Amino acid sequence: MIVEALIKIAIVLLVVLTAVSYMVLLERWISAWLQDRIGPNRVGPFGLLQPLADVLKLLLKEDIVPKASEHWYFWLAPVISITVAFSVLAIIPFGASIVLFGTSYTMAIASNINIGVLYIIAMTSVGVYGITLAGWSSGSKYSLLGGLRSSAQMISYELTLGLGLLSVIMLSGTLDLNAIIHSQINGGWNILRAPLGFLLFLISSFAETNRQPFDLPEAEPELVGGYHTEYSSMKWALFFLAEYANMITASAVMSVLFLGGWHIPFLDVSTMNPTVAGLVGVGAMALKMFGFIFFFMWVRWSIPRFRYDQLMDLGWKVLLPLGLLNIILTALEKTYLL
Amino acid sequence: MSLKYRSKYNNPKPKRKLTLWERVYLPEIARGMFTSIKHLFRPKFVRQYPEEKWDAPSSFRGRPVLVMEENGAERCVACGLCSRVCPPLAIEVQASETELLKERYPVRFEINMLRCIFCGFCEEVCPEEAIVMSKDYELTFRKYVDAIYGKDKLLTPKKDLKDRLEFLRQLRNS
Repeated sequence: MIVEALIKIAIVLLVVLTAVSYMVLLERWISAWLQDRIGPNRVGPFGLLQPLADVLKLLLKEDIVPKASEHWYFWLAPVISITVAFSVLAIIPFGASIVLFGTSYTMAIASNINIGVLYIIAMTSVGVYGITLAGWSSGSKYSLLGGLRSSAQMISYELTLGLGLLSVIMLSGTLDLNAIIHSQINGGWNILRAPLGFLLFLISSFAETNRQPFDLPEAEPELVGGYHTEYSSMKWALFFLAEYANMITASAVMSVLFLGGWHIPFLDVSTMNPTVAGLVGVGAMALKMFGFIFFFMWVRWSIPRFRYDQLMDLGWKVLLPLGLLNIILTALEKTYLL
Repeated sequence: MSLKYRSKYNNPKPKRKLTLWERVYLPEIARGMFTSIKHLFRPKFVRQYPEEKWDAPSSFRGRPVLVMEENGAERCVACGLCSRVCPPLAIEVQASETELLKERYPVRFEINMLRCIFCGFCEEVCPEEAIVMSKDYELTFRKYVDAIYGKDKLLTPKKDLKDRLEFLRQLRNS
């Protein structure tokens, strides 16, 4: 049992870390293509070895710890960020189950957690500590402002995130991610059953992952680098890694909650070979996640950053009332339609 | 007085009121995203530089060169006008006598390419059409002395400079 979990952890970490480094490349490509440029194409064929070069560069950089910083928390902050970003992946079901050598394995590290959704909310809330601590412990005004903005933004958008999520829980009546997927297989994807909830969740996950147009914590033009201004070398890279890992996590969560996880509509996998069926499920999940990740990047290179007061206005005056409205609508839908 | 001044120059244009459609915001975001995704499929503007060189037009002012006639002699008569007109004092000419019809020629003709500002004054002032701007824009040196181009590097066969000479003639006639 433990061995199985450890192997799964190793696989997930390996895949996600590789995916993260290639997402950086993908982001650079997409930014280039959207601006009529070509993008990295020098290192290796089509620039495919660029991530390796980047990692090497980051490892060889000097690691500077400012004198004015609170050293212990300065060290701790990136660790919290990256840990939290990865820990959510522990409960994501990447596929139904796969049969290998006659034994059936579930496709999640901790598959039988029955409070999955609650765990996601809890862990993403902890994520803000990494950024806030980084901002405070750096001993720099830009970092502090970035950290403060981040905490304000996260608290504001966590509400909307929760309210968007609530509609999913109301529709499926469970907190278990596997059960939520099964309810979607039976009753249609949640994006169709709760489109407003999906929209709210999508918008607030942009804020939760600190991506454009909500990347105020690091707003380069005004805050230099925001919370990671004072960070360099691998400590900075950990924040970078955490941002992209957060994107993966958010994409995975959205795929599971709203797009039916590994489910492919109009395809009956029960007649197929169980091993193939499992792999097809993983492929479907990966495709959905890729779609979201592409969307994240597409938005980043299309929409300008919000001003801070606009961000707060949007969060409290627009999204929160919409979230409450969404709850009522979902309740009505649940009572009268389903 | 000051109030009038302020109202004219300091006040920004009054803001246009946004329509309801624009204030809903999401459709406008969708429009923006559609615009950006269109560019994904457009041809790219970037040139793959070291492999794909830029072919300069004849009006381009690149590295100044000396025109070499078919017989291997330069057209320059070492009058020193270019060196005189050169704003950053990049050109140095040392004249001497020759058996050829032109009687004078430069023994030494040096352009310091670290000083040259590619203004083209030397070309403009030259009475003999002996110094012209070429299309060469790739200039790199490892040492300071390498940047001082002597006659060996400056002399260029006339047939390689046809474009520029033609361009100059058109310029003068117009």
